Amino acid sequence: MPRAEARGADPGWEPLPEQGAVAPRIAEEFPGLGISWVEAEAGPSRSPEPVQRRLRDLSDRFYGSHAIHMRERPIPWAYRVFFRQIGLDPDRTRTPVEQLALDRLHDGAFASRGLPADALTIATVETGVALRAFDAERIYGALCIRDSAPGESLPGKPGKLTQGTLVIADQQAPLALLFGDTPASVPERLDSRRLVIAAVQVKGVPQASIDEALWIACAAIDAA
Amino acid sequence: MSDLLEREMFSALRVGGDERLARVELRRQIGRLEHELGRLTAEAFPRLALDTDVPARSATPRIAGLEELEQVRDALASRISAAQVALRERSVVETRNRELLEQMLVAPAEHKWLRISRADIGEPGCGHWHSRPRLGPLGMLMGWWRVKVSSGCPLSARLAAVERETGDRGAAAGALGQLSAG
Repeated sequence: MPRAEARGADPGWEPLPEQGAVAPRIAEEFPGLGISWVEAEAGPSRSPEPVQRRLRDLSDRFYGSHAIHMRERPIPWAYRVFFRQIGLDPDRTRTPVEQLALDRLHDGAFASRGLPADALTIATVETGVALRAFDAERIYGALCIRDSAPGESLPGKPGKLTQGTLVIADQQAPLALLFGDTPASVPERLDSRRLVIAAVQVKGVPQASIDEALWIACAAIDAA
Repeated sequence: MSDLLEREMFSALRVGGDERLARVELRRQIGRLEHELGRLTAEAFPRLALDTDVPARSATPRIAGLEELEQVRDALASRISAAQVALRERSVVETRNRELLEQMLVAPAEHKWLRISRADIGEPGCGHWHSRPRLGPLGMLMGWWRVKVSSGCPLSARLAAVERETGDRGAAAGALGQLSAG
């Protein structure tokens, strides 16, 4: 993948997210759908103390009532609605923020899973935005959202995709399902020193929230 | 890449503009219904567990067709309708229980051994009101009935205010110790 935004020596540096394309027929059906991403220099590692402290603070601020009222908040609601619209049941295939909320209630805390997973957890819980991490070394060109062509499959997953499955893809092939865990985008399994953190935007999620989510994730990774 | 993005719309969706507009309208309705269902779920919590299950046909994301969107819309509408009925019935029961509680507080002897919990009247917490005889068997014989109010479960930990107070005392003691040592 071409290098995106290079980090300077400026301590106030903020990543400038890049915008990916959405196939016209998908964009026509789902206005507001988009993908933005930033590149970050970080390999898998144990989360440093500031990141772990932030996870603990988040855990202390997050109760069961938050999880119940979450679906009334605009951004989690927007993802729930989008899940319904693309044929998923958000009570079975959870939206990213709802899955984290459920894990928080189940585990009693946002458990640290190391970087970059913790960075994505913090940014997703703070903003509600759905984030994915990819290995930058295995991405060719810009990211996009499209439907799968006949005979395409996901990396690391046996079997072919059903034609018309919505995927996140690079210039060559699909990388992951638009929503749902797939091997290429599970943060714990990434072993590269360069990551691409992507945010999927749906109708009702403002661009400012997308940018904020990417900034928070980058800041957490930079803390390492 | 561009050929993949610009590829012809697949056959399942090769339909006229009217059907696309119908899908847009159905998606709008699904959004509104999902919001209403979320509001009802929050309103019912923790008094009532609502059935909000609207199963999906597939586990992979795709452009849902008109028929599938209609099914989701109808299922959401059905869940909302059922949730509203369940909440209304629950409200009736809670209102009756509140009236019964008022009567019990006025005349405990007429409601012997009756126990009404906070959950029964739609209040949070696990306290309850219990009509019991004063002084045990003697009160039963004499007809000395009263309503005993339980404030609920003990806290699992000390109140935050107690922690703060303890911390302040500790800090003050430390400061005093430093002063005396100085």
